[in-house]
Amino acid sequence: MPSSPSIERRRRWLSILAKAPGARLASLWQALGPTPAYLVLRRPEIGLVMVQGRISGTGAPFCAGEMTVTRAAVRLDSGEMGFGYVRGRDARHAEIVAAIDALGQRPEWDEKLEAAIVTPLAHEAEARHRLIAARAAATRVDFFTVAREAGA
Amino acid sequence: MYVAVKGGETAIAHSLDLVADKRRGDRDVPELSLDQIDQQLGLAVDRVMTEGSCYDRTLAALAIKQARGDLIEAIFLLRAYRTTLPRFGASEPLDTTRMVAERRISSTFKDVPGGQVLGPTYDYTHRLLDFSLAAAGERAEAPIAPADATHALPRVGDILQRDGLLEPPPSRNHGEARDLTRDPLVLPASRPLRLQNLARGDEGFLLALGYSTQRGYGNNHPFVGEIRYGHVPVSFVPEELGFAIEIGEIDVTECDMVNQFAGSHDVPPQFTRGYGLAFGHAERKAMAMALVDRALRAEELGEAVTSPAQDEEFVLAHSDNVEASGFVQHLKLPHYVDFQSELVVVRALRAEVEKRLEQAALAQAAE
Repeated sequence: MPSSPSIERRRRWLSILAKAPGARLASLWQALGPTPAYLVLRRPEIGLVMVQGRISGTGAPFCAGEMTVTRAAVRLDSGEMGFGYVRGRDARHAEIVAAIDALGQRPEWDEKLEAAIVTPLAHEAEARHRLIAARAAATRVDFFTVAREAGA
Repeated sequence: MYVAVKGGETAIAHSLDLVADKRRGDRDVPELSLDQIDQQLGLAVDRVMTEGSCYDRTLAALAIKQARGDLIEAIFLLRAYRTTLPRFGASEPLDTTRMVAERRISSTFKDVPGGQVLGPTYDYTHRLLDFSLAAAGERAEAPIAPADATHALPRVGDILQRDGLLEPPPSRNHGEARDLTRDPLVLPASRPLRLQNLARGDEGFLLALGYSTQRGYGNNHPFVGEIRYGHVPVSFVPEELGFAIEIGEIDVTECDMVNQFAGSHDVPPQFTRGYGLAFGHAERKAMAMALVDRALRAEELGEAVTSPAQDEEFVLAHSDNVEASGFVQHLKLPHYVDFQSELVVVRALRAEVEKRLEQAALAQAAE
């Protein structure tokens, strides 16, 4: 058995890769240079995931509506299998995520992928969130309640 | 009753060509791209995703373009498309407390922890037409201020709940929610099923019903406990992996409405809640949904059911604009046979009445 990263690590990678813009991930993957060939076990397939919400945000779950999702599965010649699940209908995105998931289970690729793809994407996602929060923060408001003065 | 008709293929084909021609409009005007619709008509995209019950900005933009901006037609197109796709499963319930919020306001607490963040809102505009938009030109980027994006926003509901002043929401331990698109709706419906129905429901219908409660038809004294809009990750457990991963981020709007409740024999007076959740930025929809959700709890809370917004069967059966529009618009299809049979009946009835009147006139003349 090839040594595999812990579930926690795999979960982190898959989440960061899925949330990254597909085109950005593709360009980082391209820039990596030659990568081992893989067999596509499941060609990218478009489907739906029912998004659940919670009553008042924290209570019992209910079905809020569906979202499109694309999934793919690959296997390296050395046997590692990788899976990609991404929001939307970008087939290439799902396949690259699956390939990186498989390749990341190989010790000689693990660090390289972390440094070249996962870490940069994580930083970019943080930067996107920081910008959203910074723009929102500029609209923070202090309302004053206009109270009657005593005796008025 | 509608009886199928045959024929008209050529005319129908030409009508479709004419639709395509009208859709394109004046060829001297540049054609709209889906990116333009997504980016510049984003709130239309949000509504189509919410009521089409399918989060996919590009598909919603395509539907809007194809429907020439008729949003209910676009919603129909998106609903039809989703039936062609397999279902991979259900997500883990969204954790909106972790939202990267663009907007969060409360009208119950001025000094709500995390602050009042207006975000992009029309609330404080003067509703004057901005003629500068009629001309193309570069627009300035929005200003920024220091912020902490990693900080979770405390919920207004949790603050009131701590003191027992606000009812807690129904327990989390319900497993996966039942799904209207899988099982037919049976009345009385559970609150999760009602919420799914309302989430897909027509904004205009829910807005009118919510408004009717404010005007006294089932009033429940609402306050906006909190509205937030922003980005949340969606977690999903792929069967091959067996553990949850985040498969993407979506934008949602949620409204936690706080309502008066006089209390009952067993329960001391406390505030109750109604909840609304919509894809994208859709506050009017989320608020209307929350008002109607609360109104539909009348029976559960021992209130008299006297008004349309409190009538579960009335609300849930008429909220869906795809069904409603289909049934109303089918009246345009040929009903020739149906109408012919009614014509025969009406002619016969008229003949009978005329005969009777004639006989009565004759009898009167004879007297």
